[in-house]
Amino acid sequence: MTSFMPPAERIWWKVPVGREEIVWILIALTWCLIMFFMMPYWHIYGKQNLSNEAYQTTPAKYGAKVQEGIDQHKVGEEAGVPIVHPPAGSDVYMLGRLWQWWPILELEKDKTYRLHLSSMDWQHGFSVQPININMQVVPGYEMVLTVTPDQAGEYGVVCNEYCGIGHHTMVGKIYVKE
Amino acid sequence: MKETSDKPEKDQEEKIPAMQTLIDNPFLLLFIGVAMPTVFYLIWGIMEIVTIPVAP
Amino acid sequence: MAQFRTCPDTGLYFHKSAESLIKANAVAAAVALLVAGVLGLLVVLTRWQAVHLLPADQFYMALTAHGIDALIFWIIFFEMAVLYVASSVLLRSRLATPFWGWVQFVLMLVGAIMTNWAIFQGNSSVMMTSYAPMQAAPHFYLGLILFAVGALIGCFVFFGTLVVAKQEKTYDGSIPLVTFGAVTAAIIAVFTIASGAIILVPTFFWSIGYISHIDAEMYRIVWWGMGHSSQQINVAAHVAIWYLIAGLVFGARPMSEKVSRSAYLLYILFLQLACAHHILVDPGVSAEWKVFNTSYAMYLAVLASMIHGLTVPGSIEVAQRAKGFNNGLFEWLRKAPWDNPVFSSMFISLVTFGFLGGITGVVMGTEQINLIIHNTIYVPAHFHATVVTGTTMAFMGVTFFLIPVLFRRQMILPGLAKLQPYIFGGGMTILILFMLGAGTLGVSRRHWDMDFTGAALGFDYPGMAYTLMGIGAFGGVIGVVGGAAFLLITVGSLLFGKKLEPSAGLLQSFGVPLAASCYTDERPAILPRAAAAEGHHGSSFEAPGTFVLALVLLVTFVVYYFINWKYLASVWQLS
Ligand code: HEM
Ligand SMILES: [Cu+2]
Ligand SMILES: [Cu+2]
Repeated sequence: MTSFMPPAERIWWKVPVGREEIVWILIALTWCLIMFFMMPYWHIYGKQNLSNEAYQTTPAKYGAKVQEGIDQHKVGEEAGVPIVHPPAGSDVYMLGRLWQWWPILELEKDKTYRLHLSSMDWQHGFSVQPININMQVVPGYEMVLTVTPDQAGEYGVVCNEYCGIGHHTMVGKIYVKE
Repeated sequence: MKETSDKPEKDQEEKIPAMQTLIDNPFLLLFIGVAMPTVFYLIWGIMEIVTIPVAP
Repeated sequence: MAQFRTCPDTGLYFHKSAESLIKANAVAAAVALLVAGVLGLLVVLTRWQAVHLLPADQFYMALTAHGIDALIFWIIFFEMAVLYVASSVLLRSRLATPFWGWVQFVLMLVGAIMTNWAIFQGNSSVMMTSYAPMQAAPHFYLGLILFAVGALIGCFVFFGTLVVAKQEKTYDGSIPLVTFGAVTAAIIAVFTIASGAIILVPTFFWSIGYISHIDAEMYRIVWWGMGHSSQQINVAAHVAIWYLIAGLVFGARPMSEKVSRSAYLLYILFLQLACAHHILVDPGVSAEWKVFNTSYAMYLAVLASMIHGLTVPGSIEVAQRAKGFNNGLFEWLRKAPWDNPVFSSMFISLVTFGFLGGITGVVMGTEQINLIIHNTIYVPAHFHATVVTGTTMAFMGVTFFLIPVLFRRQMILPGLAKLQPYIFGGGMTILILFMLGAGTLGVSRRHWDMDFTGAALGFDYPGMAYTLMGIGAFGGVIGVVGGAAFLLITVGSLLFGKKLEPSAGLLQSFGVPLAASCYTDERPAILPRAAAAEGHHGSSFEAPGTFVLALVLLVTFVVYYFINWKYLASVWQLS
């Protein structure tokens, strides 16, 4: 009689299914397919997609690239952190380490950059606020995002992957200039 | 509750459909259930990671 | 000779060794829930920025222990009990190898204590994910490994019992649907534990210095093979419990064995692929891998959940209508036993799992949408809807049922018990809703200080974020009260409840058998097949009310899904 007894029919597979369930299954399946095809659709027509461009690297190697970027394009300093203003369209390097995002970036609105991210030590979370873009930053891997900031302003880069006792002090900055 | 097991059954002889045989076989299901994520999630995922090129 | 006891109230059969193991695992689960609940209170009071209770180091320690004790120890101990119920009790079979059952229990117990010990020593505040290269003390990993080995043994005792039951012909026909749900859970558990072994064993050797390097991305992929799959065990298990409670409380039968079992088959095939939910914003993984896996291969496991979401309440509706609650669309629901905590827990579990946990999970598991949600407090909000109001409440509901039946004690404080599901479910729902909101404002998870005290460069969250976190935390406190009420009622009943069987004492609660006279050597009668249903399946709907509820779910789902795409479209362009 119930769900915790063996089915009444020896061959339950052949018991006809009620109309209601069939209708619901068809509706649900349609919805599932829509959701599925939304993802490839967005890859083609959407403007927010992640590339899977990434490289294996080491902290030393990546740190050198970041330093090179700072040496070439440094325009100032804030609270001891260099501010870098890279040319539009160029490769931009930022690193996460206990407990800093390094350097501060100054970007131009509506210009496109190739933003590289990696970690020097543990995993970190690259969380741009208040726009709320979130990426996982993993040591040993250099991730490349092609990004076009389209709103000017001052953005915080909060670390949102737990990275030890100083996690809550790990805040960086990105300035987007008109 | 009614005991249905001892009542004469005409379907006793009828062959059980393949899908029911599958669903009634926990070990076959165990095999499929472990193979699917192992192949599609783990192995494919690890392949993706190990084929990432080294930074220039 | 296997000995059995018949429950005089329900007619369920308990094999003596299985009974003891079920009790022992359930009690261990409750202890883990107690610890987790206390820690949950400390955590939530710290995240409430106006209270900000703990200092940073203790907060991270408490959060690590909260996650592990709640998600791993409470849930998996209880699941071991569920597996033994679903195999031995429901099939009227002796348990295969009770000895290995006890090995399961002892290993899990030792493992749980060891990991807790490591955490509270203070050097293993690494969160339950323990992402390499952050390193915990070796016994943190070793405890988890022992626990997992124990759980694996439990799964094999379960499978062994299925074999025994089949060979000894303890039941007629196919296994019951609830047992089939447990089979699904156990299958997923095997993959879960295998992934856990692949990653935790090397990590353990790394922590004692035998291995020099653990690749961080490899760790993430394999760890989530365990971490996310273990949530899928919960889904399979608590859906089985929904069906069980529908059967127990209403005498409901599955609307269609074929449909419900096929839905479970979809779980077996596809549910575990969704481990990829956690890897959507990681470096270097292709879009093809992400799309295929995160969508459970075209959302076929979501389809399965939507099917269960219809058939569970649908089976209740059919049973209620057969009893004459036939007026309108919803009389069957209005006249449901809302003051029976077994039912109300189950129903809240069903609704919150679908509306809150399910919808948010699918939305944030969408490949591109994940980037506006990853690692925000939205994520814990989502999984408190799945694993707390979903799984935990289903388990609480069945516990209320088991106290008289299994422990042979009358439940104390019946008045409080009626309210408990509403207090717990209500409080947690507030926590969930407001933390979801705070997450969309970018508040980070696992974060001690929204004010970033001591940071060289600051950032200010909008005032609304503080308000949302405050209200959510207030809900969390209510939830803790509800959780405490649950433990008060259950533990209190085991200690002080009226004995329904004179030998049901304190030690019996921990697994010592009842008086010898309760058991007989006689084999239980063979478990018959359910009686055939009276003819139905006309062209009209059997459960129209449920169908309407399902459509409400669907509309909510569709609207919320596209709202999130819209929100995604408003952020910086990325490619
Ligand atoms: C009793 C009331 C509970 C309250 C008030 C509560 C509160 C919280 C809060 C506020 C967080 C997020 C903290 C953060 O990320 O900063 C959290 C994390 C978590 N909770 Fe709960 N919780 C409760 C019960 C539970 C239960 C019953 C479970 C599991 C069955 C659970 C599982 C988790 C897990 C897995 C985490 C994530 C830990 C991590 O990030 O590593 N919680 N809890
Ligand atoms: Cu960090
Ligand atoms: Cu951090």
